[in-house]
Amino acid sequence: MISGVDLILLIVAVALVATFVGVQAMFFIWLERKVSGRIQDRLGPTRVGGRFGWLQSIADGVKLIQKEDLVPADADKILFRIAPYIVMLGSFVAYLALPFSSNFVAQNLDIAIFFMISVLSVEVFGVILAGYSSGSKWSLFGGMREAAQVVSYEVPMAICLVIPVMISGTLNLNAMANQQAGWFWNWYLFHSPIMFVTSIVYFTCAVASCKRAPFDLAEAESELVAGFLTEYSGMRWSFFFLAEYASMFAVSGIFVISFLGGWNGPLPVFHGLGWQDSWIARLFGLANFLLKGSLMIFIMMWVRWTLPRLRIDQVMTTCLKYLLPISCFLLLANGLWEWAFPNGMLGKLGLWNVGGFPLDGQHYYSG
Amino acid sequence: MNLENLLFGALVLITVVPAFLVSTTLNIVRSACWLLLSLSGAAGLFFFLGADFVGATQLLIYVGGTLVLVIFGVMLTATGPFVNLSSRSGDWAISILACSALFGLLTYALMRGDVQQRPMFQRPGPMETTTNRIGLALLGVAPAEDLTNAAKSFPANKPNPKPQAVSYLLPFEIVSLHLLIVLVGAAYLARAKRKVKAG
Repeated sequence: MISGVDLILLIVAVALVATFVGVQAMFFIWLERKVSGRIQDRLGPTRVGGRFGWLQSIADGVKLIQKEDLVPADADKILFRIAPYIVMLGSFVAYLALPFSSNFVAQNLDIAIFFMISVLSVEVFGVILAGYSSGSKWSLFGGMREAAQVVSYEVPMAICLVIPVMISGTLNLNAMANQQAGWFWNWYLFHSPIMFVTSIVYFTCAVASCKRAPFDLAEAESELVAGFLTEYSGMRWSFFFLAEYASMFAVSGIFVISFLGGWNGPLPVFHGLGWQDSWIARLFGLANFLLKGSLMIFIMMWVRWTLPRLRIDQVMTTCLKYLLPISCFLLLANGLWEWAFPNGMLGKLGLWNVGGFPLDGQHYYSG
Repeated sequence: MNLENLLFGALVLITVVPAFLVSTTLNIVRSACWLLLSLSGAAGLFFFLGADFVGATQLLIYVGGTLVLVIFGVMLTATGPFVNLSSRSGDWAISILACSALFGLLTYALMRGDVQQRPMFQRPGPMETTTNRIGLALLGVAPAEDLTNAAKSFPANKPNPKPQAVSYLLPFEIVSLHLLIVLVGAAYLARAKRKVKAG
């Protein structure tokens, strides 16, 4: 039986998550325009809302709402209309399991990381439907490319996430991040050289799964007009972009929690003071998490505006001939490493491990 | 009518109505889309029961499966003659026979008395299964939890089922091998088709 208080808390949590998804998309779209402008020696938006053009996204939104909602005559009308919602749902529902700080999570699922990957994979379905139902060759090409790309890149991505799960012994993202408390060398990124390589492989796959450049073959403006987006206009078009930015932050959040220590800062200030469970520590943790997530998104933008787009055969080669064998090798190597050094590289520094997870080789999370 | 019944009803509707549409829609891609919705509803039912792991697995595997179906659908519809799937009355008879046989079997199995004696039908509320327990039970390291729970909750006059270490690793491996064979077969079929085209 769900009590009234639980129901209200649940509604508040979902409303907060929905607000976050919308606001972060607006912020990152503005940031993307600024960053791309700076990288190309331009200024980016400067007019709307003062000096930095920080209201540009709202102006864009108002413009997009006013646009006509077109459905092409050749389109499969029902599928064309529901495709943006499927994409949006896929990336939004994943946030229900993403913790933003210690216990700041809509549903503290025991299998959070698995849930997020499986829900994020629904997004591809919407893109392929959009490509098919538009009744346009450009769209169909875009959708088919997306299918080939995402179906292959999901495999090394999932294998790369098994490696931090092996170390932490849990699929619960909240527990996984709390195990990396303490000094920054407790972060799984510095756990072993294998983890360092794993993080790079995972990040490459994550960029590909968000169909960001250099893997944006589904859109490929210079080849396919706008790929699967060609026939869309107005709000339906912008739903695809909301979903893209939402899934960018979702995969960055997974990266931050499984490699970059989650909401734990580099110095264990609150653990040293013994305040690690206080509200102030959690709010600082939230700031830490958002900062790290934004940093990862900034790197995605940096990569997007620096590297040229790969060809489809190069994309498939990168995945199947390089990333997949590398990730399988890393999985094996990590098993050996955990057997040889169960405490990680720097795990023996007991005195310096303020607030750190007791790394005594006993990794199984219970509770 | 409380909230849980309302949620359950909504989930059942999401599962059943698209399932009906799957069998009545003639366009293969649209049919696959309804299938996706129906399977998502089933995943939602698993989440509703507290079986998060099964729900997420359902999403991951079946969404991937339907995705492949849609890709094939798109490939087939591009050539024209397969756009619509119309079925003959013989197909209808066979499918109705198969479906009612399956339905009857399931109903019979559920109506048997000893099934309803199981603890999963007697404990109210969602299950509390952690992935640790599922994983350990799969490997056979720990005794399957349900059996030990059953041993605790069964009335004393009944003979307790023996708590034993059940390993599901072998069936799992057999299923994986089966999938590998299917993959090899699919690759062989695709390759053969291409050769004919080239020649």
